[in-house]
Amino acid sequence: MTPAVLFAAIIALVLVAFQVGKARSLTVAGGPRGIRTLHSLPGHYGLLTAMWCAIPSLLVFGIWLAFQDAILIRMVLVHLPAEVQHLPKAQLGLMINDLRNLVAGNIAPESVAVSTRLAAVEYLHLQSIARLALSALAMVAGIIGLLVVRARIRPDLRARNAFESLIEWVLFGCSGIAVLTTLGIVLSIVFEAVRFFTFVPLTDFLFGLNWSPQMAIRADQVGSSGSFGAVPLFTGTLLISAIAMLVAAPIGLFSAIFIAEYANRRVRSVVKPLLEVLAGVPTVVYGFFAALTIGPLLRVWGEAFGFNVSGESALSAGLVMGVMIIPFVSSLADDMITAVPQSLRDGAYALGATRSETIKQVVLRAALPGIVGGLLLATSRAIGETMIVVMAAGLASNLTANPFEAVTTVTVQIVTLLVGDQEFDSPKTLAAFALGLVLFVITLVLNVIALYVVRKYREQYE
Amino acid sequence: MSDLELTTGPTTAQTRAKVQASIKRRYRAEMRFRAYGLFATMLGVLFVFLLFFSVFSKGWSIFGQHYVKLDVFYDAAVLDPSGTRNPDTLRSADYQALVRASLRAGFPTVEGRRELRELTGLVSSGASMQLQRAVMQNPTLIGTRDDQWVLASSQVDWLLKGRTTRNASEDERRLSDAQVTWLDALQADQCIERRFNKQFFTAGDSRDPELAGVGGALAGSLLTLLVTLLLSFPIGAAAAIYLEEFAPPETRVTDLIEVNINNLAAVPSIVFGLLGLSIFIGFFGMPRSATLVGGLVLTLLTLPTIIIASRAAIKAVPPSIREAALGMGASKIQCVVHHVLPLAMPGMLTGAIIGMARALGETAPLLMIGMVAFIVDVPQGIMDPATVLPVQVFLWADSPERGFIERTSGAIIVLLLFLVIMNASAVILRNRFEKRW
Repeated sequence: MTPAVLFAAIIALVLVAFQVGKARSLTVAGGPRGIRTLHSLPGHYGLLTAMWCAIPSLLVFGIWLAFQDAILIRMVLVHLPAEVQHLPKAQLGLMINDLRNLVAGNIAPESVAVSTRLAAVEYLHLQSIARLALSALAMVAGIIGLLVVRARIRPDLRARNAFESLIEWVLFGCSGIAVLTTLGIVLSIVFEAVRFFTFVPLTDFLFGLNWSPQMAIRADQVGSSGSFGAVPLFTGTLLISAIAMLVAAPIGLFSAIFIAEYANRRVRSVVKPLLEVLAGVPTVVYGFFAALTIGPLLRVWGEAFGFNVSGESALSAGLVMGVMIIPFVSSLADDMITAVPQSLRDGAYALGATRSETIKQVVLRAALPGIVGGLLLATSRAIGETMIVVMAAGLASNLTANPFEAVTTVTVQIVTLLVGDQEFDSPKTLAAFALGLVLFVITLVLNVIALYVVRKYREQYE
Repeated sequence: MSDLELTTGPTTAQTRAKVQASIKRRYRAEMRFRAYGLFATMLGVLFVFLLFFSVFSKGWSIFGQHYVKLDVFYDAAVLDPSGTRNPDTLRSADYQALVRASLRAGFPTVEGRRELRELTGLVSSGASMQLQRAVMQNPTLIGTRDDQWVLASSQVDWLLKGRTTRNASEDERRLSDAQVTWLDALQADQCIERRFNKQFFTAGDSRDPELAGVGGALAGSLLTLLVTLLLSFPIGAAAAIYLEEFAPPETRVTDLIEVNINNLAAVPSIVFGLLGLSIFIGFFGMPRSATLVGGLVLTLLTLPTIIIASRAAIKAVPPSIREAALGMGASKIQCVVHHVLPLAMPGMLTGAIIGMARALGETAPLLMIGMVAFIVDVPQGIMDPATVLPVQVFLWADSPERGFIERTSGAIIVLLLFLVIMNASAVILRNRFEKRW
């Protein structure tokens, strides 16, 4: 059975289990008239049976499918001729790729080596065996669960309670996925990054001034040996983020003040959603805007004023990124400003302060922790933003603070290192994970600080 | 009061004088401050319009496309010299020769290889494919003469849409003077027509701008979103229910989960791509570029959004409802399933739609898992390699061919259209069904 058919079969089995459990409970109760001797409704007995049928068979199904491919590939490889097995890792990877494509029917059999073709035949053979075994195992697991629960059904079985605590565990498992995701991120990135640091010392990576990850892939190829000093990437990221925040912080803050304190209801109801549109636009659209509209525009203007502005200048990427972040800053600041109680403003007005004095000396001070937290979150978003810089910033590393020159960033390098042909073991690919680790840590620290600032210094009113 | 006046402080008159003197300055400061606010807001709104204007001005013309009428003679000597009507022969016949012959019949004065190549350059390279399709469908055409409307080439389309003027230099126009003359002649014969560009919405990617469409990317986006929705909504809703209704408050486990969700919401999306690359593709051996992997990555990415929105919706259900249900003897689960969930559902669905809108616009993590390949076919299932709309935008924006600028903007318009529909439906759902207590 193919996985999809098997899945449908499992669902059918679960439905059967429901009916079996329900019927059994009625039997032990002695027919519909004895239903009040049951602890729970007949449906609850059915649900309990169905759950204990579904959980084991779906577990078998999921775990098996997750590992099937990797195990089959390994089994096929063992039977290949020795010279294929001792191929360098990169070529072996290509061969496995061919094998997968052949099995999926994406390429014609004539286009690959004979050994690969034989391997594909063996793979298909093993796959059919594995599918058969999986089908049997999953169904048997489900049926065993069904039978065990059915044997236990008695009038005093607390079926509803048992079913409900089972559901609670399922709900708990679902919320645990967030923890698993974090764990997955940390483990996968740290694992690959540690492998990278066996090639390149940590200090060279963090403090080196030269970034040129191009390496000779084959021994006979002419090419640089690659150098992985990430300082130019860090400065580039900082430069672009700083420009973005210089744009977003004042515009976002002032527009939040205007919307929250000055605008009347009608203006507010038009302007606020309009600004929030900026937050809903996909970043790839901003990238396109930066690369095709702002970049050339800045170059022309720069020429008019006698500057030499690069087409992929840090300025154009930073400006557009700033525009992207405006709604982020303004809606957070808006929330913080409206959260300041009216009584504080009234007190200031009663002392004769003008509106702007009230805002500057009372409202903003009361809202400051929230605003600072919001700005920190916005900065972390600017640092992690990818598409705008990939499309509008440069690719070559450049250690400079001149916003008119092209710089590259951490995220740009991650994308360029990982997109396209690659092998998993070269320092070049692994470097992307090291950069990812840096990115993850920096944004995490910024977020934690932001949350801490908001929590610690928030004024509690009421 | 009188005591105060007797001390050394300023008299009322002095204070009044001081305030009077400063009041003009203070009012000016007030006006300035207000003007800053207004200016900042206007600037923000201006950016919105600038962004949309720049996209739409480049892309509105995508809905039309120019076609050229060819009077094609399906020459049996070219298509099927042996006369067997064998499908293989018909498939591999030289249809470009038919196109060339037909154009040449209109301009008998054209001589020489270079001129001939320029002449055939007026129509798209897809023209021969179109003729091939027509013949394969209906072999009786062979030996007859028929009118066919074929796609004009990208450069011709560019010129006819007024993107460049006839007076521009040959380099800028990318059409030679001779080509422009022929074009004028064709137009005079009414052999050129502008039609609705259906191709753009159905075709997959192509190296030729005039043949490329968003059909493949659209299908890829829909499949990816389907996987994402099917996984992230149930899981997110379940997690939100657990955290709001069942989790023991203030325990270490609950805290751990909550902190994790809040942090994941702020992790850069590209990091999720790294996760997908090393876990789903590297560890589990799932196929690269498949929509299934894209959907899984986007599920993890949107889960925090959906959980946070769902929790807010559940929190908004007043406790009195729960108390009434529990008081009537309902169990905790029955109370949640029968009473809380139906009331929270509109809010949860709104959150799900907003999460899906975010997933639809996401690009960076999908680059990591290889959804950037050049894929011509429209994907049929979740294991097929595919690309998605925003990645298609990225790919075309990178392309050096000028015709792709219009395609890119067109794809962005389609993308924005979907986002507007999704967000509008979320707003309608919220306004129509959400109860306020």
